[in-house]
Amino acid sequence: MEHINKNNINQKIKNFILNAIQIPDLRDDDNLFETGIVNSLFAVQLLTFLEKSFNIRVSPEDLLMENFQSVDSATSFVLHKQSV
Amino acid sequence: MRYNKIGIIGAGNIGIGVATDLILHNIKTVLIDVSGEILKKAKSEIEKNLRFAPLYLKNLKKFNAEEIQGRLSLCTSIEKISDCEFIIENVTEDWDIKQKVYHQLNDLTPPDVCFGVNTSCISITKVGSITTKPDKVVGIHFMNPVYLKSTVEVIKGFHTSDETLNNVKLLFEQLDKSAIIVNDYPGFVSNRISHLFMNEAAFVLQDQVASAKDIDDIFKKCFGHKMGPLETADLIGLDTVMYSLDILYNSYGDPKFRCCPLLRKLVYAGNLGRKTGRGFYEYPEI
Repeated sequence: MEHINKNNINQKIKNFILNAIQIPDLRDDDNLFETGIVNSLFAVQLLTFLEKSFNIRVSPEDLLMENFQSVDSATSFVLHKQSV
Repeated sequence: MRYNKIGIIGAGNIGIGVATDLILHNIKTVLIDVSGEILKKAKSEIEKNLRFAPLYLKNLKKFNAEEIQGRLSLCTSIEKISDCEFIIENVTEDWDIKQKVYHQLNDLTPPDVCFGVNTSCISITKVGSITTKPDKVVGIHFMNPVYLKSTVEVIKGFHTSDETLNNVKLLFEQLDKSAIIVNDYPGFVSNRISHLFMNEAAFVLQDQVASAKDIDDIFKKCFGHKMGPLETADLIGLDTVMYSLDILYNSYGDPKFRCCPLLRKLVYAGNLGRKTGRGFYEYPEI
């Protein structure tokens, strides 16, 4: 069950990013910011998407790039927020 | 000297960005717009920007986003800016609207208050001519997103005084920004050149030479630009780009600034870029 939830979150985040930046594919561990796939403006969009789609609230302590730098890290972040 | 309270006229993209930046730098901000609906949207955008700012602005001192929102007041009545120490105007790129706003600002503010004109292409000297203090009128061309950009193009109108330029520099020191000062001709340096890029990119797309993505990729991957011309146009707003091209065309009487029909068509179709979710690209709703 947990596995299905993780896959769903992962796919939803990946679809959002692919849709927003229109690239053909993206690896789950690609670093979005370092590779220049997205710019800093996109970080705000991504965080807004995560809050709205998964009904979570990003707190000041969460505002670390490593939480959102890839599909994998954003998925782990959402799972962590949903568990607390 | 330190600025404590600044008035912003116009709560569009740039108004939101400037307000965010001022608040982050401990300056009280009065944001004015004719539309309550636009102000409501601006408030929510500014709150979001402030909450997420520590993610990409590492040098900021720690702050409580909810607390510093108290530095912002929003109002549909322009009279509220009468005690502001500097005015930054960024209303629509439409001369009739700007003219009306400057007549009001001229009557409402003390003589020593400077007006920063945020325009894409309108002459700063022309704006100065409709006020009683053209020496206090200066062009400030912020780049989007304002709070992430470290440099601003500042335009010296024909009558802009050195004292006014100095005041602008002081303001930017407070905002940790630097200024590049240029002279006043429509479009200045940035937009006179960038709009040719955006317009010609639209022609290239219209002629089906390449897809929007490939056009932008040539700029990003071959030239090393951070953004391509079509995504930049979407970010600015295609209506603003079209208005600016029309102003450049009328100002110089030069056909190189004639607006691409595809760009005009997208504007008439209501596809204005990021702000409407669709322009040269589609943007998923968040």
